[in-house]
Amino acid sequence: MPGLLQLGLLLVALAVVYKPLGDHMAKVYSSEKHWRVEKAVYRVTRVDPGSQQHWKTYASAVLGFSAVSVILLFLLQRLQSLLPLDFGRGPVPVGVAFNTAISFVTNTNWQSYVPESTMGHTVQMVGLTVQNFLSAAVGMAVAVALVRGFTRSGTDRIGNFWVDLVRGTIRVLLPMAFISAIVLVALGVTMSLKSGVDVVNPDGSSSTIALAPTASQEAIKELGTNGGGVFNANSAHPFENPNGWTNLVEIFLIMVIPVSLTRTFGVLAGNRRHGYVLLSVMGAIWGAMLAVIWWAEAHPNGPAALLAGAAMEGKEQRFGIAGSALFANATTGTSTGAVNAMHDSFTGLGGGGTILNMLFGELTPGGVGTGLYSILIMAVIAMFLAGLMVGRTPEYLGKKLGRREVTCAAIAMLAMPTVVLLGAGAALVLPATTGVLNNPGEHGLSEVLYAYASAGNNNGSAFAGITVTSDWFQTTLGLCMLFGRFIPILAVLCLAGSLAAQKTVPRTAGTLPTTGPLFATMLGGTVVLVAALTFIPALALGPIAEALA
Amino acid sequence: MTTTETLRHTEPEAAPTANTGRVGAGVFNPRQLLTSLPDALRKLDPRHQARNPVMFVVWVGSLLVTVFAVAEPSGFTIAVAIWLWFTVLFANLAEAVAEGRGKAQAESLRRTKRDTMARRLVEGGEELVSGALLRVGDRVVVEAGEVIPGDGDIVEGIATVDESAITGESAPVIRESGGDRSAVTGGTTVLSDRIVVQIATKPGESFVDRMIALVEGAQRQKTPNEIALTILLSTLTIIFLLAVVALQPMSTYSGSRQSVTVLTALLVCLIPTTIGALLSAIGIAGMDRLVQRNVLATSGRAVEAAGDVSTLLLDKTGTITFGNRRATELFPVGTATAADLAAAARLSSLADGTPEGRSIVELCVAEHGLPAEPTQAERAGESVPFTAQTRMSGIDIGGRQIRKGAASAVRAWVGEQGGVVPDEVHEIVDRIAAEGGTPLVVAEGPVVRGVVRLSDVVKPGMRERFAELRAMGIRTVMITGDNALTAKAIAGQAGVDDFLAEAKPEDKMALIRKEQEGGRLVAMTGDGTNDAPALAQADVGVAMNSGTMAAKEAGNMVDLDSDPTKLIEVVEIGKQLLITRGALTTFSIANDLAKYFAILPAMFAAVYPQLDKLNITHLHSPNSAILSAVIFNALVIVGLIPLALRGVRYRPAGAQALLRRNLLVYGLGGIVTPFAGIWLIDLLVRLLPGM
Repeated sequence: MPGLLQLGLLLVALAVVYKPLGDHMAKVYSSEKHWRVEKAVYRVTRVDPGSQQHWKTYASAVLGFSAVSVILLFLLQRLQSLLPLDFGRGPVPVGVAFNTAISFVTNTNWQSYVPESTMGHTVQMVGLTVQNFLSAAVGMAVAVALVRGFTRSGTDRIGNFWVDLVRGTIRVLLPMAFISAIVLVALGVTMSLKSGVDVVNPDGSSSTIALAPTASQEAIKELGTNGGGVFNANSAHPFENPNGWTNLVEIFLIMVIPVSLTRTFGVLAGNRRHGYVLLSVMGAIWGAMLAVIWWAEAHPNGPAALLAGAAMEGKEQRFGIAGSALFANATTGTSTGAVNAMHDSFTGLGGGGTILNMLFGELTPGGVGTGLYSILIMAVIAMFLAGLMVGRTPEYLGKKLGRREVTCAAIAMLAMPTVVLLGAGAALVLPATTGVLNNPGEHGLSEVLYAYASAGNNNGSAFAGITVTSDWFQTTLGLCMLFGRFIPILAVLCLAGSLAAQKTVPRTAGTLPTTGPLFATMLGGTVVLVAALTFIPALALGPIAEALA
Repeated sequence: MTTTETLRHTEPEAAPTANTGRVGAGVFNPRQLLTSLPDALRKLDPRHQARNPVMFVVWVGSLLVTVFAVAEPSGFTIAVAIWLWFTVLFANLAEAVAEGRGKAQAESLRRTKRDTMARRLVEGGEELVSGALLRVGDRVVVEAGEVIPGDGDIVEGIATVDESAITGESAPVIRESGGDRSAVTGGTTVLSDRIVVQIATKPGESFVDRMIALVEGAQRQKTPNEIALTILLSTLTIIFLLAVVALQPMSTYSGSRQSVTVLTALLVCLIPTTIGALLSAIGIAGMDRLVQRNVLATSGRAVEAAGDVSTLLLDKTGTITFGNRRATELFPVGTATAADLAAAARLSSLADGTPEGRSIVELCVAEHGLPAEPTQAERAGESVPFTAQTRMSGIDIGGRQIRKGAASAVRAWVGEQGGVVPDEVHEIVDRIAAEGGTPLVVAEGPVVRGVVRLSDVVKPGMRERFAELRAMGIRTVMITGDNALTAKAIAGQAGVDDFLAEAKPEDKMALIRKEQEGGRLVAMTGDGTNDAPALAQADVGVAMNSGTMAAKEAGNMVDLDSDPTKLIEVVEIGKQLLITRGALTTFSIANDLAKYFAILPAMFAAVYPQLDKLNITHLHSPNSAILSAVIFNALVIVGLIPLALRGVRYRPAGAQALLRRNLLVYGLGGIVTPFAGIWLIDLLVRLLPGM
């Protein structure tokens, strides 16, 4: 399929779904009614769905729920040998189990293991897939809580986490994942509870090809911007992503919720143009990065690549340059981390593009929910400066941005660069880690930077090329995922609480409109400038040096 | 009248005004940089630096590089160390210059605070005590030629007072017991008569004491917005600190370990030193700009709030209209022509000293070319003054009897002489009253000549002012004791957005509360004791210096000129303060891009020569590039001191237009300027040895 046609189809599909899905999600999170199945869940879990939570209660619920999730997932992996459908794969090693538990609960899905030889179907289905749903629902809940902070006035309540979690799962993720899985199966994705099939190879030898309940996991893997594959090759594996059509569907699934959430935001904020502005900023950066990556992969400068006409090393023939660039840009721009090509084999510029996509803070359009709250944090920072420049105490959506709001936004903004820079820096000096790099020089640095950018931003994709199974990497990357996820979440919920408590300031002619191109420019400029200023030195020694060579 | 013109007009001259000793601190004088140098050096004290996180990082960096410069001296390290110290010094200089202007004012104020002896009233007479021993509630006698020993209200008597020591205004003012002009300030001099003053403040907390503390910045605390901005700047500093700290292992891995000098230079160039250095100067200068306009704010918080105000409550009389009603139109009746009526009206008012009377003469002079001064013959006439009984005034001259007065009084007088007031007159009188004016009927003997309309005259330029305010998003509400009809007519003429008629103090209070409920910030002016609660409730309450002590205590600003229209300027100064902060922050951050382009290729020229493609201005050598960036970073602080003190140019405009302009100038300008600046500096630096 020609590249531009793929891009065109993707954009048309997103445009078609944008309004109905966005409106649906707005209704999901603001409706007064509870579905019967939800009521049953509340009865069993003894939750009062009518109660509203203070931000601290909400935050405790998020943290508590996630902590329990990590422990359960850890135990499930450690006790694998007691579970059915384990195919004798045995207990998952402690380091891997720790890292994986954090990885899936934080919506990162960094995989330091080979799935088809480590995880049985029970752990996959009951553990990992369940977290694929729940971690995505947590992201959306936090985003919606922040939106409530903007829209509510003079209250200290920002919603009920349990209700938001249940509704996001039952009313948004489950139905969409169900339909998507059926579509994927129809297009050729496998679905099996067998451990594998024995085949006789052309040379007469025999081997086993692993099987898995792929389609059901593939759907939520992309839809929830999770990215953890049931096969090691992830979406490059022919069972996960057999052809150009499934590739396009998967890219669509990656983008659809983060994109439509801007509509949800606009509807809830009472003016859809607020959502369009965010979408335009996300879209402009996403489009620019796609152009860079696509161009870079189509114009490589190595002798082998020149012979092939494009950088085809590490890419699947069935996707080609366009299908790979589109997928790479979508997966790194959304904190998904699924891959259909080896990012490590991308050109210096193209690979650098995928790193930069993550270093923007995963907001183009970002992960499910996380993308929305991340760009709102940047909007707070941008509006603080813009507000000063028009001579008023800065405000956004009628809420003043004072000391507490700026502090919260600053903490949320600070968490990711801290873990990425410190993590990558430390990994590069420790003698124990440098030995595991397969590439020296600037490309080696890119690989380490990629790993920490991926963990810190809860993306989960890997440049690969480095062996990350040492205790050092398992632990530090695990911590990066934890801090990269929960410090911003805490700051965002604190911000939501402080915003909700404020009265809404009425709009006047002196209020800076936040629906026009000027604000979009300001916001986009802030996102790009902050990422650029923070990471230019690191990028210069990795991808930039590589690209300019 | 545009605002910029207004601002320029009110800018006092830089020369000290004669006998008052108050220093006008107008434009920035480069000599202040030299005179403030000792203060700037004193501020190198780490305890002072620690209050400013951004500059503290620079301070620590300077120390670090100095240690290396001493341990392993090289031309480059020494040069970097020197310029890092200059960076700190320039920041101190900015603050010292801003404070210096206030200090000069405080010094002149302090001279007025010599200890005065007070004549305290005690049972059975008076005793002589030191002014410093007076307590709240004490009553003191002050007579002509004596200095008032403390702040208080006059409880007995009336006097002319010379307040030039406080206001700089040399014309004496009248202060009297009771009413809204009863407050007197310690340190001012009674010129005539005898008054008894009840002391209202403790020693050391008087108005002058507070004024000194304010202009000196001694009590300066960071304002809420300043704190929020400091948090953001600290965050950026931490991010850059992390970026630089992480750069060393990355450099080492890449095979080009960096010296501490280079890393510190990079860090200092990246962190927002420009705004960090100028932030406190901007705040002090904002207060100072108010002081230059003779407005004293009790806190920086109030100045910031002024920029946020979205509703202005303005008293009609004195603020929107001239204080008195003025003659605006003549309506001749019967056989009289307009000229006849003008002649009669003028004659009747020649001896009338009231503002209304004078305004009638002025109207006749302006519209009918009649002489302003009475002629020899007219002086011979016998004037009939206004009395409460006749409710008329006029003149008897050459057998003519001319009277003017309220319609009912003139009708009675005309009737006594056998005349009849035509219906036409009643119609005109009713119409004028309905339109919010006051009709005066003029009669000569038994014949009514016509009617003069007296009306409130809106000050010129108010309409435009209110239109500007509307563009800035500020709603104006006129407060008046007039009835709704009159109020509506004036409100329409003045172009205010809303009015409150027949307003009692509690109505004012209710209006403020209602606006605040809706999330709006309210500003108002007031002078009377009954204004005090509203002044206290308003977010910005500007009390007139001529007002009562209670009003001055309740408000958070005092206007020494007692000019209620100044509220509009106060709002503009508040906005200018915030804009200056925002603009310089944007400039500071935008600068970093060019610094990366200068420093990074220089740092890694050895291992990655391809990075030299980023050296787009072709800086001479790695050393010269880094040093040039450091020097630019320091010099830009000095270059922006005048802007920080003066404030960014502010024109009332919509938010979009303001942001677009400031983004272009300070955002885009901030990206481009350092490329040029560093390139220019590099042209010189490359001539140094060792570059």
